[in-house]
Amino acid sequence: MAQIFHRSTNTLSRLTIYLSLILVAAFLMVTDRIQRSGYITSANVVVEQPIPFSHKHHVADDGIDCRYCHTSVETSAFAGIPPTRTCMNCHSLLFADSPFLEPVRASYRTGVPIEWNRVHKLADFVYFDHSIHIAKGIGCATCHGQVDQMPLVRQVASLQMEWCLDCHRQPEKYLRPKDQVFNMSYQAPSNQIALGLQLKQDYHIRSAQELTSCSTCHR
Amino acid sequence: MNCKDQKPAHRDATPLDLAAVRAKLEGKKGRHYWRSLEELADDPRFAEMLHREFPRHAAELRPGVDRRAFLKVMGASLAFAGLAGCGAKPEEKIVPYVRQPEGMIPGVEQYYATTMTLGGSAIGLLVETHEGRPTKVEGNPKHPASLGATDVFAQASVLELYDPDRSSVVTHLGEIRPWSSLLTEIQSAMTEQGATKGAGLRILTGTVVSPTLADQMESLLTAFPAAKWHQWEAAGTDSVREGARLAFGRYVNTYYNIEKADVIVSLDADFLTSGAGCLRYAREFSRRRLPDAPGGMTRLYAVESMPTSTGAMADHRLPLRPSEVHAFAVALAAKLGLGVPDSIAKGLNEDWIAAVVRDLQQHRGASVVIAGEQQPAEVHALAHAMNHALGNAGVTVIHTDSTEARPTNQVASLADLANDLDAGRVQTLVILGCNPVYDAPADLVFEPKILKAGRRIHLSSYPDETSALCQWHVPMTHFMEAWSDARVHDGTASIVQPLIAPLYGGKSAHELIAAFGRDPEASGYDIVRAYWKKQLGGDFETAWRRALNDGFISGTQLPGVNVALLPEAIRSAGALTGHVGFIAGFVYEIAFRPDPAVYDGRFANNAWLEELPKPITRLTWDNAAMLSPRTAQALGLSYTIDSTGGEHGQIHVDRARLDYEGRTLEAATWIVPGLPDGLVVLHLGYGRARAGKVGEGLGFNANTLRTSTAPWGGFGAQMRKISGSTYPLACVQFHSVIEGPGQASTEARVHELVRVATLDEYRANPKFAQQMMEEPPQGLTLYPNAHEYNGNAWALSIDLNRCNGCNACVVACQSENNIPVVGKEQVMAGREMHWIRVDRYYEGGPEALENPETHFQPVTCMQCEDAPCEVVCPVGATNHSAEGLNDMVYNRCVGTRYCSNNCPYKVRRFNFLAYSDWDTPALKMLRNPEVTVRSRGVMEKCTYCIQRITKARIAADKEDRPVRDGEIVTACQQACPSEAIVFGNKNDSSSRVAALKANPRNYGMLAELGVRPRTTYLAAVRNPNPELEKGGGRGA
Repeated sequence: MAQIFHRSTNTLSRLTIYLSLILVAAFLMVTDRIQRSGYITSANVVVEQPIPFSHKHHVADDGIDCRYCHTSVETSAFAGIPPTRTCMNCHSLLFADSPFLEPVRASYRTGVPIEWNRVHKLADFVYFDHSIHIAKGIGCATCHGQVDQMPLVRQVASLQMEWCLDCHRQPEKYLRPKDQVFNMSYQAPSNQIALGLQLKQDYHIRSAQELTSCSTCHR
Repeated sequence: MNCKDQKPAHRDATPLDLAAVRAKLEGKKGRHYWRSLEELADDPRFAEMLHREFPRHAAELRPGVDRRAFLKVMGASLAFAGLAGCGAKPEEKIVPYVRQPEGMIPGVEQYYATTMTLGGSAIGLLVETHEGRPTKVEGNPKHPASLGATDVFAQASVLELYDPDRSSVVTHLGEIRPWSSLLTEIQSAMTEQGATKGAGLRILTGTVVSPTLADQMESLLTAFPAAKWHQWEAAGTDSVREGARLAFGRYVNTYYNIEKADVIVSLDADFLTSGAGCLRYAREFSRRRLPDAPGGMTRLYAVESMPTSTGAMADHRLPLRPSEVHAFAVALAAKLGLGVPDSIAKGLNEDWIAAVVRDLQQHRGASVVIAGEQQPAEVHALAHAMNHALGNAGVTVIHTDSTEARPTNQVASLADLANDLDAGRVQTLVILGCNPVYDAPADLVFEPKILKAGRRIHLSSYPDETSALCQWHVPMTHFMEAWSDARVHDGTASIVQPLIAPLYGGKSAHELIAAFGRDPEASGYDIVRAYWKKQLGGDFETAWRRALNDGFISGTQLPGVNVALLPEAIRSAGALTGHVGFIAGFVYEIAFRPDPAVYDGRFANNAWLEELPKPITRLTWDNAAMLSPRTAQALGLSYTIDSTGGEHGQIHVDRARLDYEGRTLEAATWIVPGLPDGLVVLHLGYGRARAGKVGEGLGFNANTLRTSTAPWGGFGAQMRKISGSTYPLACVQFHSVIEGPGQASTEARVHELVRVATLDEYRANPKFAQQMMEEPPQGLTLYPNAHEYNGNAWALSIDLNRCNGCNACVVACQSENNIPVVGKEQVMAGREMHWIRVDRYYEGGPEALENPETHFQPVTCMQCEDAPCEVVCPVGATNHSAEGLNDMVYNRCVGTRYCSNNCPYKVRRFNFLAYSDWDTPALKMLRNPEVTVRSRGVMEKCTYCIQRITKARIAADKEDRPVRDGEIVTACQQACPSEAIVFGNKNDSSSRVAALKANPRNYGMLAELGVRPRTTYLAAVRNPNPELEKGGGRGA
């Protein structure tokens, strides 16, 4: 009796098996990439704001300290978004007639707050605290990037759990002296790990075991 | 909910056999503990419950949804869930202030001092706010009536603030009106009344302890001298007032120095958990209850009818009917030589009373006799006389002028109003916060009479039964929304300070009364401030700011007054008439009590309180006619308990018909060991017709049997079973029942869960509790000993000697941790969500059915060091933290419930359905922003208030110092009036918790399993009178 399948069928079936394996692997890889991409994490996506507020202008050009507006960054979990009044401290005199600033003046006149679009969104079950990170030598730019170079703020990090854990497992990779925390142009020295380990000791930073306990961030 | 349906008991269930229970208890010697009657009855269904933490879910799908339809819906929702999960993050807004208030830091909570008034009592509070939203109530540690503790009502008050059912607009005949049109109406009423000096004006209030409101009322009555001010509280203290007048010829206020008392006799008084000053009393009592307390351990004798927390704490408890308590008081007074006739002491345990008398006489000036609010005036007069005779006055018993404005006999006052209404003498009736249509005694027939008043204005929080019969309804502010003031038990004036502008546009009583005066639009703030400016004088601004900061005005407590007893009055109080005395045979006596959870019905719409297991009975969502086991047997009343078909511990009780003074009431019945035979106890506050979505239609209205002549009960009730009619009750006593390993019998196990000794036993062997069970050595474990705790090691210690089962911790936990309520049906399915529960145990042999010794045991997550829950989680949703907590990660949990299955303490709670309200906008403001709101399909449990730990740890780390002892206070600890719960770092040898763990009374529940619980208990020590032998000596 003649063979039902030609010999070449073997090759075909092998090819099919390998191809489907490759397809599955490719699918997984693509999913993984999408999962970590800006599409999901919102990283590097520039968010439109009701007023085109430029951090570049205010921080780099005018030299205003982060804490002039984000007043509670050292005392609270929430860094604080400035009330309209803070804007008006300067803008009642500077660019007082600029049409761009009309929403600010309107808010101040009417008492209706400005609704900003949130850029850095953490999941609801994560309880992040700015003040402790500032107190232990994590620079603003470490997580937020060089905001002083951003005309419109975007998120630079993925804000995913693996990104948090990267530092919570080895804080020495990112620690800087406390007096450099608000320095936007701080460059990590070449001996960062040695410096980091020293700072970790000096600042009494908790062990990786403590920093990676679930309840450190989730509750 | 179809809870109201009366359905026949399940076919496979047989009713509880009380005779079998009694037989089982016969011949039990020594310490013998049991949880409930059915455990004793050897019911196989009880055994089933022991084995299943959660019931089977055969009936989870609603009838009408078949499998095919279910799969269709599930398929669609899965598809949509998949789509939703792939998108980018949703857009969120950040809305800053326009002008940020000075001193507030976004994200950091603030505390303001205020005061909550309930009836004639008040307690000082600190309320936590987040960006202006009150979220949590704490006690004010500086305040004399709080000392930092709270009761269940204060804890639950924040839910009422946001209750979407509260009324929100002024209405006239159901139509919305502006406040100004009510002002016009009031002006025309005043013009009308001006001619007759207010002869047709009546104002009805509750007990007024606000000096400002009193001042306003006095001015109003000066302007309208013929107008009348009536007062009514359904759970009022008439007999306390009248008792003082009987004894001293005038109304005086009495409070106690419990800390100085070596011997306390309670005459049907639940002074530890109810009434003015109870939080302070509980604190002082617990400090004197330590076996090594300076000044020795105090001894408490409780003579009571309905078993209460105070009775459970007593060293000797004597169950007597209310009328017998009166007779007991007379006998006690006679034996103490007060010159009252001694003849009625027959039938009473002579040894018992003689021992009490000797104990009192040996502690002259260091004892106290307290009469209960529901006892008649004569008993109060006798208690005053006994305290004076024992030299307690001025030492443990302090008299001051009344803290109330115009103390009045309120039943008489309400009856007077009813008469005037009936006679058509009332043109304008103003009701401030009362609900007489619901809670007036039935014989006053308030409902038709109120309609005879021409103009009826009702101020209340909810549109209730009385609002329905008034033309004008004005929404009342919550105490967190309005300015006011109040005098507490010792007279200290406390300020009621608002935390938020009225959410529903309410008006306070001050503002409504001001509408009748010269400045009708005065704000509550101006009124209260102006009053105190007049009173304080001097540097008012400083004093006022200080008062707002402290929550009370220091130095305003009333000075003690010396009052002389009227000997004639005491003799007349001792002369008993009518039914009072010991009656042979079975005469039914009826007693009314305020409900421990919903009080007189004003908290009926508060779901936290409705779902709170009541102390002793552990019922939720209902009231019931309470009966003793023997009474129930005589009437053929029983109940059945289901454990099949998803109905876990669901109870079907028999219903009974009560006939009393020509009125009839049908009620569910409930058997309570320790209740005197022949007595039926009915709790007020249920059967509300108009209370809101939560409170309507629950239980039955006991007010329909109450009379103005005997508001707290009397004789002549007839009771019979309604055959074939049962009612489902949600009792949590049958839930989360702990079972031990290799147990020979259930009761042998119970013995080791709660450990108790007498003072003598303790002195002979202080380590009695530790020696009851062997704890395996530390290294003996199947798991590799991976956990090392070099830093903080959080631990909790619970003192069973101090806990009086008041439940404040349960509501505090619910409020702090965003714990949802599940409703009666779900409680009946065993799915209540409380993270801390207060287990109740009974102790004793056959006599215990009549008079058990009762023990409470609060159970939190034990945060085991070798936790059985952690190793079985397939997705790593529950993990061990470096500080020894069993962390629960909600976002990882997939709901296998293996952890719960493996928990020997049964402290894990599962969201079977989406219990949290995600939709109602007002309730979103209630939530603690520091705690995740859990969704369906997620396991949760006590976290030791991880948000508070984190907060303190961050604060300490920022200052480069260790967390100080006492810096972290868990919500349950903070609420506890008895200081029974202590949290801290076990590794810090100087911490309070480390000291308590080293106490010889310290033991771990089920520590023999080798799980190394972080929550441990201090065994209870009782201080019985050596003259009264245990067992027989405890009862009559």
